[in-house]
Amino acid sequence: MVSARAAVVVLAAVLVAAPAWLPPFYVYLAALCLVTGLLAMSLNLVLGYGGLYQFHHAVFYGIGAYTAAVGITRLDWPAWLALGAGPVAAAAAGLVIGFFCVRLSRLYFGMLQLSLGSFVWIVALRWYPVTGGDNGIHGIPLPAVLQTLGGAYACVLVTVASCLAALWFVVRSPFGLTLQAIRDNPQRAQVMGVDVRRHQLAAMVLAAFFAGVAGVLYVVLERSVFPNMLFWVLSLEVLVMCLLGGWFTFSGPLVGAALVVALRTLVGRHTEYWTLVLGLLLILLIFFLPEGIMGEVGRRLRPRPAREAARAPRAGGLHA
Amino acid sequence: MDAGAVTGQLLVGLSRAMILFVVSAGLTFVLGVLRVPNIFHGSLYMIGAFVAWTVAEAFAGHPAGLWAGLAVAPVATAAVGLLVERLLLARLYHREHLMLILFTFGVMLVLNDLVKMVWGPTYRSLVPPPSLQGAVSVLGVALPRFNLVLLAAGPVVAVALWLFAHRTRVGKLARAAATDRDMVDVLGVDVSRVFALAFAVGCFLAGLGGALVAPTTSITLGMDHTLLVESFLIVIVGGLGNLWGALAGSLLFGLTQSLGLLVWPQFAIAFPYAVTAAVLLVRPTGLMRSAW
Repeated sequence: MVSARAAVVVLAAVLVAAPAWLPPFYVYLAALCLVTGLLAMSLNLVLGYGGLYQFHHAVFYGIGAYTAAVGITRLDWPAWLALGAGPVAAAAAGLVIGFFCVRLSRLYFGMLQLSLGSFVWIVALRWYPVTGGDNGIHGIPLPAVLQTLGGAYACVLVTVASCLAALWFVVRSPFGLTLQAIRDNPQRAQVMGVDVRRHQLAAMVLAAFFAGVAGVLYVVLERSVFPNMLFWVLSLEVLVMCLLGGWFTFSGPLVGAALVVALRTLVGRHTEYWTLVLGLLLILLIFFLPEGIMGEVGRRLRPRPAREAARAPRAGGLHA
Repeated sequence: MDAGAVTGQLLVGLSRAMILFVVSAGLTFVLGVLRVPNIFHGSLYMIGAFVAWTVAEAFAGHPAGLWAGLAVAPVATAAVGLLVERLLLARLYHREHLMLILFTFGVMLVLNDLVKMVWGPTYRSLVPPPSLQGAVSVLGVALPRFNLVLLAAGPVVAVALWLFAHRTRVGKLARAAATDRDMVDVLGVDVSRVFALAFAVGCFLAGLGGALVAPTTSITLGMDHTLLVESFLIVIVGGLGNLWGALAGSLLFGLTQSLGLLVWPQFAIAFPYAVTAAVLLVRPTGLMRSAW
């Protein structure tokens, strides 16, 4: 654990110092990695820790971003109010969608969510006067502090760091532990007197809130929103990030998201066939690294007897 | 709103429903037998449309081109599906669902970029032969002549698939393996081959759907994106693995969308999603009995 703590300190130091020594493009890229990382980690709260088939997480990301964008450009809200309203709206959407979904299990849960989420996507796509339809909204005016890359980066870094701290606190809390108990064996949790659905719903609302924060940060960074932010393909891409990093680890999704974002930029320079690369990567991952990068790192760092012990209780985790 | 407009929209919706049914029937068959939610089903639909176009082009306007395309496209997609199943998917059946879903998503990403490589990002259109152009009058409203082919295709596929699943030995084995794979295995049947065949049948239908839709729409990258979500929802609403459920779901989807156009054109495509959500709230496991 000492090494993990050291890694966090080093990473934090590097990220804080980044604007001083990195070219602007890489500062922007680092911010994008952080935003996407927060999105993936918010998904993992319900996916890895909650064992829920959250198939359409991007909806909450999109709702957070669109709320901020529409608030600023169409409703003339003060910018800070609109930015703050994003996560709240996302959490409210999480409550509504979650209320219906937690009554179902597994694949049905995922499919109902896909259905409700697609509904939201169509509203964003078709409600031209408000959402700008398939063009989205561009050039969103932001407070002066956020208009420079340095300001936006600082905002992203501080917000993501606080959110990760909050998520860390959540998964370690009695609530987080109960959530993991439900994931491993819902029946047993139920028999022990845990209100399974209420815990799952609470997890969904929290996850939606943090996804909404990520959406708002995207607006801070890009000053634009577009309907693909709540399209199902993005949701699956975020799932892939969680898998790549390792969805039974805390930091895995952040690592996975950073890798995917960085790879997309890098590969995108050389070929237009980025999704082919991502697809092949995903297939290789499923065959050779099913626990993800951080899962594998954690397994190798653990002493041998603990490895077997650590593998066993997860067996039931995400099985249907 | 006059009766003619309603009848017209009903017929258009019915044609759309038949396309949706052909595609979802394949999806639900694979889900029922193999329990794999196949995300690249949509890609195969798109490939089916592109292959049908290529074949029809090769005939250089000869009327037989369309029919040749309709025949070749499903076979091609079945071959692609079979290849993926035998080489990769067959090694993953013991893994958890989420892994299977993500695997098929990976294949989707690869296939879609391969389509981009082969056919490029431009729009294509397949013009039906003169005998199928123009409109016919059905119940007093004009309907594109090609839609008659669509309206016939749905019932034909339904009956054929039902006969396959209930009247052939391999179809019965597939249904038995869906219920209890291990028992069928113990009885000396090579379940793996049954699965492969069932998967190929599902992929065949995806390609057939694509070939059928080709003359009615512009064939382009991304044509699979909304269709995939639609057919997944149809399958869920109908009851996983239930053929008649897929038919009911397709009708629900096709008709609510086309009638929605009369009510609120801008948001017509939202109607089916709202109805699906409503159905799932009342009957969480679908309209008909699930095979699971």
